[in-house]
Amino acid sequence: MTATVPILAPPPRTTSRQGPPGRWWWVVALLAVLPGLLPPVVLVAQVVTGGAVRTVPISRLLELLWQTGGLVWAVTLAAGLVGLATAWLTTATDLQGRRIWSTLVTLPLVIPSYVGALTLLGATGARGILSEVTGWFGWGPIPTPIGFFGAFVVLTVYSIPLVHLTVVPVLRRLDPALEDAARGLGAPRWRVFRTVTLPQLRPPLAAAGLLVALYAVSDFGAVSLLRYDTFTRAIYAQYQGRLDRRPAMTLAVVLIVVALTVLWMERRTRGRAAYHRSKTSRPRTPVALTRGGRVGGTALLALLVVAGLGLPIAVIGSWLARGVGLGLEIGSIWSEAARSVTVSVISATIAALAAIPVAITTVRYRSRISSSIDTAMWSSYALPHITVGLALVAFSLAYARSWYQSLALLIVGYVAMFLPQAAGSAQSVLLQVSPQLEEASLSLGRSRWRTLTAITIPLMARGLAVGAALVFLTVMKELPATLLLRPTGYETLAVRIWSTTAEGFYTRASAAALLLLTVSALPLYLLISRDLHD
Amino acid sequence: MRSKVAAALVIALVATGCGASESDGPLVIYSGRSEELVAPLIDRFTEKTGVAVEVRYGDSTELAATLLAEGSSTDADVFFAQDPASLGAVDDLLRRLPQDLLDRVPEAFRDIEGRWLGVSGRVRVMIYNPALVDDSDLPGSVFDLADPKWAGQIAIAPTNGSFQAFVAAMILSSGEDKTLAWLQAIAANQPIDFPGNSPIVEAVDAGDVSLGLVNHYYLLRLQEERGGSVARNHFFSDGDIGGLVMPAGAGILTGTNVPDGARQFLEFLLSPESQKYFSETTFEYPLLEGSEASAELPPLSSLTAPTIDLSELAGLLDRATDLVTEAGLL
Repeated sequence: MTATVPILAPPPRTTSRQGPPGRWWWVVALLAVLPGLLPPVVLVAQVVTGGAVRTVPISRLLELLWQTGGLVWAVTLAAGLVGLATAWLTTATDLQGRRIWSTLVTLPLVIPSYVGALTLLGATGARGILSEVTGWFGWGPIPTPIGFFGAFVVLTVYSIPLVHLTVVPVLRRLDPALEDAARGLGAPRWRVFRTVTLPQLRPPLAAAGLLVALYAVSDFGAVSLLRYDTFTRAIYAQYQGRLDRRPAMTLAVVLIVVALTVLWMERRTRGRAAYHRSKTSRPRTPVALTRGGRVGGTALLALLVVAGLGLPIAVIGSWLARGVGLGLEIGSIWSEAARSVTVSVISATIAALAAIPVAITTVRYRSRISSSIDTAMWSSYALPHITVGLALVAFSLAYARSWYQSLALLIVGYVAMFLPQAAGSAQSVLLQVSPQLEEASLSLGRSRWRTLTAITIPLMARGLAVGAALVFLTVMKELPATLLLRPTGYETLAVRIWSTTAEGFYTRASAAALLLLTVSALPLYLLISRDLHD
Repeated sequence: MRSKVAAALVIALVATGCGASESDGPLVIYSGRSEELVAPLIDRFTEKTGVAVEVRYGDSTELAATLLAEGSSTDADVFFAQDPASLGAVDDLLRRLPQDLLDRVPEAFRDIEGRWLGVSGRVRVMIYNPALVDDSDLPGSVFDLADPKWAGQIAIAPTNGSFQAFVAAMILSSGEDKTLAWLQAIAANQPIDFPGNSPIVEAVDAGDVSLGLVNHYYLLRLQEERGGSVARNHFFSDGDIGGLVMPAGAGILTGTNVPDGARQFLEFLLSPESQKYFSETTFEYPLLEGSEASAELPPLSSLTAPTIDLSELAGLLDRATDLVTEAGLL
């Protein structure tokens, strides 16, 4: 979700011939990424053998492609531009309170898209909180933004933090010498930004664009609640509303192709650029904003924080207050919270452990095998969650009956989807660690295993912790795969919010949502402190 | 030593996998009825009988599809669905219920071959906002909504199980051609589609939409949560398919290993206590012979329920989805 694609220039040498724990670890790494390869294989097999290809009319496919594609483009473009602006405002300028703004702008990350959509529905329309505010001024109610516009707004607001978190660390480490030189040669400020700063930001922007595009492709909750017809919504409608599951699977296969196309496009544009800073570089001089720039910049940041964080909390709070005031029952949320935390902790731990062999193999032992492992892993990250759920249900029913509807399968699903978050974080840390440290340990007589546990893993620890925090956060919020894979009776907070919303019990939904946000706050803090305040 | 991490991974996975137990443990219920509505009832059942229960909640059609995929190896003992179509879809997997149990509900609300029975009734209605729709304009039949004068005013939930079962019933009562023509006319009226019944009721009550096709009890629930409502229910009468009474019901799976618990559960659903719960808490019609519905509702006998055989609905469920898709509503 955040800057998991290594972008910064690594030390001169990162690969090793004899470091711990040995070349053969690619086998372990392969085992770790294998579950992520299962979903596409299973779905394609089911579609081909079940004669499902003809169950969806081609006109319907084209319509969904058009609508999904349009949304993904628009969200990626808008979030990219705004996220770049927030990163620049809070990193490169003299804007007042920029450090606090930088943190505030990333906080919407804890809010799942379906909660964002739900609160947007609650804020607008004749009864909405925002409409009440406009009513004070004698203006009419704000119409509920459903369809494309609503989905676009919600997904953009909640993916801006992804761009911000990816761009800020890079922007902070850019060598100011280049910009200073350009300015010294008389280039106006805008031209310096366009011709010097922006090109250096291409790698993080491409990486952020990928994260946002995949987020939009995979989103299920917001498009469903805001009634914009995309693949994920259509897949769930077919899954839920039909006895025949083949149309859902056919749509899922097409959606996977869409997601992999997005991944492939990013790989093509990113290139292999690496930028070095000169050793003697000074800290950058902040750009002095004009008065208009200060006001405009602050207004933009404030708007984002209000829309992404203030509004959801206000709406949730008012629902909760109204419900409690009317004496309505909140219902059980504590056991749901305990389940959410349990699966999130287990998944995060397993993902972090599995990330160790993957990171070591892909960073220290570059080979065709290790780069295939890397590609396979990122491909599984691109899989829309609903397709993973669908595939694992079909797989366990057909081939692994004892795993069907088990907690273990749910966790396998989470790890398959979110291992790249942990591994990517571990990779970028390991890239910064010189293999000479490990080689020194070996030459001093320590065994490979001992070197691994005493040198490599401790050095990776921070990356692993951040990766685990990221996985925890994502599992807490995950909805579509959880809906399909959860064991009987295993209702999590996310499922609870979804089901109470569908039934119109907003008081209960808001209590669960509030608890979800609270639990997510700690891991978010870990993440923010890594990416923003190095 | 080296493979410790890998071993830990495997152990963790296997250990969590073992949590899913088999054999004759608790009574497993697949509930197409939402947790919000039936969880208190199920808790009461356990309290009363001591039978431990595990519930899988989901959409009725989805769970029916799940049961079909699982086949006879399913862990489920009872299927508790919100519409007869879902129950009918899996009737090959259901065992025949004892006659004395079946006899407690009217014949129209149970399977001809006695494999499932209705426990509570819900009526399809048109909810409307009196500020936007004049009482004198209320349509006499759901087919009247095809009139272009309703353009842009109709809210529907095309992905909802109740809507799909309603379309299946329309196919049964009026034929495919007439149903498709109606759906196409509705589509031409540019309806506003919602993910479920509750948001429709919210929107109509708020005046964002004039009217919507939903089940009758959503409005009563909103009135309870809000302490009142602007919107009203309009019941289609004279046997109009728009006023279809559909039972939510239950059946017992053939492969159950706790048949006694399953039977006890069905008996509990038809007990006066549960029937009172359906009437007073979920605002449905109790189906146990002799029990009374909420005073706020028109009596069930005053609603001329359409004469269709509910057992036949199942076969038409996917066809209904096809027609809804063909009309461009899904």
